[in-house]
Amino acid sequence: MSTSPSFALALPFDETRRRGGFFSTILSSDMPRSRVLSIILLTILLLLAATPFLFSGSQPVSTAAKICVFVVLVASYDLLLGYSGIVSFAHTMFFGIGGYGIAIALERMGPTWSSAAIGLLSALVLSALLAVAIGLLSLRVRAIFFSMITLAVASAAAVLASQLSDVTGGEDGLSFQLPPALRPAFRLLSEPLFGTAVNGRLLAYYLVFFVSLVVFLILLRIVNSPFGRVLQAIRENEFRAEALGYRVVAYRTAASVISALAATVAGALMALWLRYNGPDTTLSFSIMVDILLMVVIGGMGTMYGAVIGAALFVLAQSYLQVLMSAGSTALAGIPLLPDLIHPDRWLLWLGALFIVSVYAFPGGIVGRLRQAKQ
Amino acid sequence: MSDMTADASTELPRARSDWLPLLLVPALALLALPFVGSPSTWVTLTVAGLAMGMMIFLMASGLTLVFGLMDIINFGHGVFISLGAYATLLVLGPLAGWATADSLGLNLALLLLCILAAMALTGVVGAVFERVIVRPVYGSHLKQILVTMGGLIVTEQAIHAIWGASPIPIPLPQSLRGAFVLGDIVMERYRVVAVVIGLAVFTGMQLLLNRTRIGLLIRAGVENPEMVEALGYRIRRLFVSVFIAGSALAGLGGVMWAFYRQTLTAGMGMEVMVLVFIVIIIGGLGSVGGCFVGSILVALVANYVGFIEPKLALISNILVMALVLIWRPQGLFPVARR
Repeated sequence: MSTSPSFALALPFDETRRRGGFFSTILSSDMPRSRVLSIILLTILLLLAATPFLFSGSQPVSTAAKICVFVVLVASYDLLLGYSGIVSFAHTMFFGIGGYGIAIALERMGPTWSSAAIGLLSALVLSALLAVAIGLLSLRVRAIFFSMITLAVASAAAVLASQLSDVTGGEDGLSFQLPPALRPAFRLLSEPLFGTAVNGRLLAYYLVFFVSLVVFLILLRIVNSPFGRVLQAIRENEFRAEALGYRVVAYRTAASVISALAATVAGALMALWLRYNGPDTTLSFSIMVDILLMVVIGGMGTMYGAVIGAALFVLAQSYLQVLMSAGSTALAGIPLLPDLIHPDRWLLWLGALFIVSVYAFPGGIVGRLRQAKQ
Repeated sequence: MSDMTADASTELPRARSDWLPLLLVPALALLALPFVGSPSTWVTLTVAGLAMGMMIFLMASGLTLVFGLMDIINFGHGVFISLGAYATLLVLGPLAGWATADSLGLNLALLLLCILAAMALTGVVGAVFERVIVRPVYGSHLKQILVTMGGLIVTEQAIHAIWGASPIPIPLPQSLRGAFVLGDIVMERYRVVAVVIGLAVFTGMQLLLNRTRIGLLIRAGVENPEMVEALGYRIRRLFVSVFIAGSALAGLGGVMWAFYRQTLTAGMGMEVMVLVFIVIIIGGLGSVGGCFVGSILVALVANYVGFIEPKLALISNILVMALVLIWRPQGLFPVARR
């Protein structure tokens, strides 16, 4: 199979690889390694694949598209946090660059595929350059510089995006037209398929779905490559990895660039799906916090954690608040308690869950499931 | 860089004094003069920048101190700034009359009370924060960043739950409003107060760190905590008191920042944290003196650039940081470190 000799030598002790098999190839030999986990992942995949046919209305499809985008975004973040052991706060900046790349190109150059391609390409180039610059500036010294510098750069980028309103539309953001094939008015088939109209909106959803799936699999491949193993080695013991002859700064910077590129693609998908991009949808710091929560709750250091974290979080975001509002009204009259479970306070509880996860389940949900199996 | 002549044969080895970064501030101010043009505007900008720098220093000093001693990077530091700011409400509520009274003494007493209340509140919360959030993750930067971010989220949301989510306006005490005018030079009164308090805190910290036994222990703890412990001192107790002091300093900075902005929001601490991080990176993580120079540098550059080329002001902080890091990758005053 794809297992090269050097790859085999780099096997960590906890890895139980099965050679061969179609799924093994697709998943880069990184199987879920837990029956419950496999079932959950498969369910998420099938539900996402069939959402437009299973549910009616636009809300479920929008939620599903958001989950797809966030799976890519969170997985790419996990490449940094979970696999390389460095905390970046600039991930939303790259997400935003992707979104603005598509938005600006489609708005200025007209709704064609080529302008979308140009927008995406220039966004990718910009992201890569920025990631290299930040990496070389901050990773030379200590990894915590990286966290602080990315925080500073990201906030500057957010301010720039809202100030340069000639280019970015400022706080209002940019609305734009999609290429004709992705518009709701476009009909691929004249007859509905399984009761669902096969229109441009459906195509747009599947574009988001398949691109997300492919990018996710590529990321899975990268973290299971020799390169990914070196990243993990650096995470575990930077000094020893350096002593073995790996250039820590170069590896970490490369990881940061790959992660930035994937985030840019996610941003582009988000903008394509929403037909809009603005500071609140892609650049805001609260999205950065959401990403952190998703990675940690899903499980750091496993790509599958990103899938579960993103699915759980986006669903919670859409439906948990309804539940909390019901609880809040039920408890009306008692001091402070209704305020604490007010729907706007849901981050309070997620934050607490986040702290508990970091202490008690550093492997998140995925780590927990894998442990339960043993 | 090593332009110091060390005469090691006759003297005990002394702490390496490094004056080069200190020259940056006057050099920058002089460099800006021809670009700004009129000297009176220049003085106004410089004083305003100094005041801004002092406020940033007040907010940042606690963080860099905690990092220097405990090797803990507290991303939740910003929430202590917010808490300190909200603590003013506890004083402004019952003593609203003091704020509107036209008496400098009463107004300053009010400010002092606000500061004391804020420092007390943030000190207590800091002690809890250290015990509950930070202590289990000593030694792991990655977990510290994550967990203190979590603490930040929870505390920020708790502020929302207690004081409400909408911004709260707070008035500046009567006699601190307005400005001194000397010819063409305009100096806001409140900024002068900020400079005085900032200088007092900086001097106090320097004296404490360099002239007292506790300061000696703290500096020794920065260099080598195991050795301090082996000599019979309870380094843990020192750690906790420095963390509490750092939080209280953030509370003090929060009060100054709140009266400067005259609006309270739970996110105000996190917003200013960006500047705080830039400042402590420029200064060198763990260095109080570096933090002081970095604060003034950043604030002055922001003011000058904001006047000369407003569009560039948005990223001037980042540019300053990038230039400093290219010159000295560890910051202006690198702290010797494990």
